[in-house]
Amino acid sequence: MNNTLLVTLIASGVAYGTPLLFASLGELLAERSGVLNLGVEGMMLVGAVMGFWTEQRVHAGPVVSLIVAVFVAAFSAACMAAIHAFLVITLRASQIVSGLALTIFAGAAGLSSYLGNDLNLADVPASHTFHAVFPSGMQNWPIVGPLVFGQTPLVYASWVCVAAIAYYLTRTRPGLNVRAVGESPAAADAMGISVTRYRYAHTIAGGAFAGVAGATFTLAITPQWVSGITGGAGWIAIALVIFAFWRPELCLVGAYFFGALQALAPELQARNISLGPTELWTNAMPYAATIVVLVLVSWRGARRRLGAPAALGVAYVREEA
Amino acid sequence: MTQRKLALAAVLLVISAASVVLALGTSPGAAKSSSVFKAAWIYVGPHNDGGWSQAHEAGRQYVQKMLGSKVQTTYKENIAVGAQFSQTVASLVAQGYKLIFATSYGYITPAIAAKYPDVDFEQATGTYQAKNVSEYFGAAEDTVFLSGMAAGAAAKCNTIGFVVAYPIPEVIRHANAFALGAQVTHPGVAVKLVWTNSWFDPAKEKKAAQSLHAAGACVLGQNVDSPATGQYAQSVHVPWVGYDSDSSKFAPKSWLTGSVYNWGPYYLKRVKAAMNGTWKSGFYYGSINDGFTKLAPYGPGVSAATKATIASKEKAIENGSFYEFAGPLYDQSGKLRVPKGKKMTVNQLYAMSWLVKGVIGSPKG
Repeated sequence: MNNTLLVTLIASGVAYGTPLLFASLGELLAERSGVLNLGVEGMMLVGAVMGFWTEQRVHAGPVVSLIVAVFVAAFSAACMAAIHAFLVITLRASQIVSGLALTIFAGAAGLSSYLGNDLNLADVPASHTFHAVFPSGMQNWPIVGPLVFGQTPLVYASWVCVAAIAYYLTRTRPGLNVRAVGESPAAADAMGISVTRYRYAHTIAGGAFAGVAGATFTLAITPQWVSGITGGAGWIAIALVIFAFWRPELCLVGAYFFGALQALAPELQARNISLGPTELWTNAMPYAATIVVLVLVSWRGARRRLGAPAALGVAYVREEA
Repeated sequence: MTQRKLALAAVLLVISAASVVLALGTSPGAAKSSSVFKAAWIYVGPHNDGGWSQAHEAGRQYVQKMLGSKVQTTYKENIAVGAQFSQTVASLVAQGYKLIFATSYGYITPAIAAKYPDVDFEQATGTYQAKNVSEYFGAAEDTVFLSGMAAGAAAKCNTIGFVVAYPIPEVIRHANAFALGAQVTHPGVAVKLVWTNSWFDPAKEKKAAQSLHAAGACVLGQNVDSPATGQYAQSVHVPWVGYDSDSSKFAPKSWLTGSVYNWGPYYLKRVKAAMNGTWKSGFYYGSINDGFTKLAPYGPGVSAATKATIASKEKAIENGSFYEFAGPLYDQSGKLRVPKGKKMTVNQLYAMSWLVKGVIGSPKG
């Protein structure tokens, strides 16, 4: 039962989709406040390297060092997001240019690789890693075993985050305020909501999530550090937010779908199932789908119906509103 | 408006900072005098990938150590085949590099060789030779075969999983050698392949290992560049055979052995030749005999009896009394490919497109 293709695919989808989920939740928070951050890939890579470094350097039990590592990853990526926030909120620079610059600066050929190589993190096995916490008996239960009990604590944390963000955005005062800031900053401002403060807070929080996403690679999935370890996951996460119509629960579905897609090619091969050049379409699909979605959302009418924040990507200047 | 300009300036600052970091991060051995001989290495993955590129990097460091200040070396990492490679070569040539080691399949094209007639190129694992292009590699199939013997001996079931990169002759002959070796110590064992279509992708390699294990493999091997397969193997307590570099530290309990390369001596010889003007295009095919390939130290899971069996086979390979690609060899469908008494030549090995009997998977990826 647990070895059927569908169960294995969904279980892998959950495991490999978790970094996508964390990163897209972060991007969703930033975008809901009206700030587009294309620096996700760069922030993830900084989180990945700093998380791995911390976990190697903190000489404590596995639980403590892993928790500290995740927090350091979140904090360092949040610092990167703060640069973006300063440039686009305070200085009102182009959000697209600043986000791209952030990925170039922090990304695979930049800061994250410099740090990782300088701190000699490559070619070093992780001293502690996240793994399944439930007894192996429970992990073997039909269906729920591999899907639920066979996952790492980071997966459970991501579920809590999805629920918390969904609740926050729909049921709490600050959550509704963020949406107001993202839809109509002028109206929010008139209501006495500080647009600047909300945008800073959510852009930086979004960075923290990207950092955790990066650490998911180096502390749970691979688990090692090499330059460019995230391999473009940050870009897929940005597209995921659009796929998910800016809703956290749909981010989860989309992330697991893309995660499962990555597992499809090896699973089919190991099961001697040939569907032609599987690798071709499983590898191309996330990107092809991204193009379709980007074309869709660039069409104004669709954009409104899909739920994009109306002020996404637009700097707010009180005098000009 | 001034704020706009300020923002632009800030973005430019960020970008320039990034390029400084980049320059610092990838150029070891700072440039000084232009009279020293300059040699460069180009890697397909990170220089510290724990596998293929790292083995080449060890070779570069060996050259630098042996020749000291007489030579200036550098490397460029994560360079994709194609336009990025051409750009990298152009910039290296502009900086005065006279000898370039292209360490991955498919890097050098006739166009590149013709464009820089004054620069000598060395291409690993390929077949294209020109006046200024040498080819170099070695009989890793011999040591991969021996590592397959270790895998076969450790297998308590009838399936061994093998994570493979691209469906090209090099990888196909290594997969075949591995399977033939496993069949010596474990008659009838099947070697199942999963292709990642990437030389270096830890997440994909781990997923491939996971799928193979789920499909019943009780030993894992690899012909990809990262140690991710081994890390997964250790997490599910199955033995693992590595490749390229000794990466036992990533999975000390699972590590059996692995076929590893020693590129240094060849690099040293070629750099010296280029320095004194005696460099000539050639085709180097190293072997166990000249120390180019060998087996990495064994892990705890290899029994004394297995070590002895492997050692005697290694002897036989060294003195030429045994060759794994000698007939009779059958392909997956049972068709006789190499008749009894015939041995495959290096040219045939470089064109191998069929998998031996007992391998499960497609030679087309």
